[in-house]
Amino acid sequence: MSTESLRIVWIYPDLLSTYGDRGNMLILARRAQLRGMPVEVLEVRSDQRLPATADVYLIGGGEDGPQALGAQRLLADGGLHRAVAQGSVVFGVCAGYQLLGTSFFAKGTRYAGLELLDLSSDRGPTRAVGELAGEIDPRLGVPALSGFENHGGRTHLGPGVSPLARVTAGVGNDGATEGAWRGKLLGTYSHGPALARNPALADLLLRWATGVHQLPPLDDTWADRLRSERRAAVAAADRA
Amino acid sequence: MPLRAKVASSVSRTAAALSRAAGRGDGSVIGGWIGLKIDPDLLAHLSAGRAIALVSGTNGKTTTTRLAAAAVGVLGRVATNSFGANMPTGHTSALAKAGSTPYAVLEVDEHYLAQVLEATEPHVVALLNLSRDQLDRAKEVAMMAQLWRAALVRHADVRVVANADDPLVVWAATPPGDPARGINPPHVTWFSAGQRWHDDSWVCPECGSTIQRSGERWWCTGCPLRRPEPQWTVDDDGVLDPTGAWHKVKLQLPGKVNVGNAATALAVAAEFGVRPVDAVLQLGTVASVAGRYAQVDRDGRNIRLLLAKNPASWLEAFDMADEAPTLLSINARDPDGLDTSWLFDVDFAPLRGRQVLITGDRAYDLAVRLDVNGVPFQHVRTFNEAVRAVPPGRLEVIANYTAFQDIRAELDRVN
Repeated sequence: MSTESLRIVWIYPDLLSTYGDRGNMLILARRAQLRGMPVEVLEVRSDQRLPATADVYLIGGGEDGPQALGAQRLLADGGLHRAVAQGSVVFGVCAGYQLLGTSFFAKGTRYAGLELLDLSSDRGPTRAVGELAGEIDPRLGVPALSGFENHGGRTHLGPGVSPLARVTAGVGNDGATEGAWRGKLLGTYSHGPALARNPALADLLLRWATGVHQLPPLDDTWADRLRSERRAAVAAADRA
Repeated sequence: MPLRAKVASSVSRTAAALSRAAGRGDGSVIGGWIGLKIDPDLLAHLSAGRAIALVSGTNGKTTTTRLAAAAVGVLGRVATNSFGANMPTGHTSALAKAGSTPYAVLEVDEHYLAQVLEATEPHVVALLNLSRDQLDRAKEVAMMAQLWRAALVRHADVRVVANADDPLVVWAATPPGDPARGINPPHVTWFSAGQRWHDDSWVCPECGSTIQRSGERWWCTGCPLRRPEPQWTVDDDGVLDPTGAWHKVKLQLPGKVNVGNAATALAVAAEFGVRPVDAVLQLGTVASVAGRYAQVDRDGRNIRLLLAKNPASWLEAFDMADEAPTLLSINARDPDGLDTSWLFDVDFAPLRGRQVLITGDRAYDLAVRLDVNGVPFQHVRTFNEAVRAVPPGRLEVIANYTAFQDIRAELDRVN
């Protein structure tokens, strides 16, 4: 950690917060606090400078216009690039995931992304709406991904990133892979409060941010029940 | 009315009666559906000759419609879709069932406002608010404001009653006129009903700049869009009318949000010439609205039903609920939207210190949310289990759409 407390920045909630994106910030803060870590959370709006010294940066989902605006402001600001160069963790969701790549489509136009991840996004033939599940890259040591997706994009991964997961239900990047990661940067189409259903993914981000390899376990009874219920629902939908 | 429309109207009423007799529902959709199959212009035919008000928005439209119908009732008989069946089939059914009435007040699903404006040629349209709701299938919020705005340009003669506190509504209600083509912007009467939820209006719909807020005022930092001066405002437990006269509002419905809905209803009624002093007495006659706010006594518990469908309406529900044991029930079936992500847009902290029970198809989503929120809770499998788990006295029930209907069914479809 850069300071005595874990600093979490939620980037541009005024632009990139469509549906429950606040959840990821709340969950990371809560899981850190339950381990006795002092936490500082900062919501940085798009008319403010982005501090370059936080430990974790969260970017949420958004509509086309705000996504394009968000990418332009982040490029102009430069704070996120400095933070990444210093080893900060970045977690991007949906539109926030797309804009970490080299380019994305919004309102029928190609926009330049932040080029922090080697991937590009365009429009798919249909909108992907529904449950999203996948087997996460075994190197990350995290159980299956469980989420809900709602996006019209398709994302193509370059050699500089690894897929976050292999899709078992839903679409993700392209129906085969879902999300991407490199170093301490990770993105997913599992939208909104993605970490609510994936507490192990939240802890991965916390381990990356703190350098602590083993975090004390927490009581995840309810999240586990939610995950099994969603797994059963996805299986039932497959059979139907 | 042309013969085809007469037949359609009559068949529509019969189907609705059959549906009710068969116990299949309120009959408020099926009748209209059959009628519209026979005569697609039936809604327009049924609307002709009536002075109509439409009420639309994300939240509060069922209650405001009910209050406005009561207020306009001072003048004469009012047709209304009081069961929340707010699409053209519901409107058709409601007008057919009511027979000939001089007035109608219709709740309209925000997606259908343009279509219903076209068919009914209303005298007044009330625009309440726009916020995120069922985003897995609904239009994005800014898109909805754009659709409203485009519809109002085509109906510049309608009188608009709109919420000055919601930037998206203000923008939607003020499309530019086109003097060269003789199109004037619509006449707008502004009301201020307060707005607890601001998270869908940080960005100006006109120019994309940031919207600043200070107290109740708001303004765009990049263009002239700003809060208009409202003519109708909530003041304490009453409403100030455009002349500055204050009217005490005595409602049976709880919460500050319903005083706001009352102000809106008075503003709508005033467009028909109803004096607020006359209308305000009628508002107190409304006890519950399609089960919402209904109170039922069972096993020594006084159960009160509150509907909350999206983040903005949950904030209002917490404001209405007493400091009492509270049951929360969440489903994610088609009418609710399949995505439960919005739970993280709601701060459940106001429930700390109350006995909280949770149930519903998606109780586990709620459990995870409450856990993160630091709100202790108990999970129950059934409504009856919840009733047994709380001491005698008030039990507040807050549920989203189908969860609410499930519990209402347990209570014999209380209205």
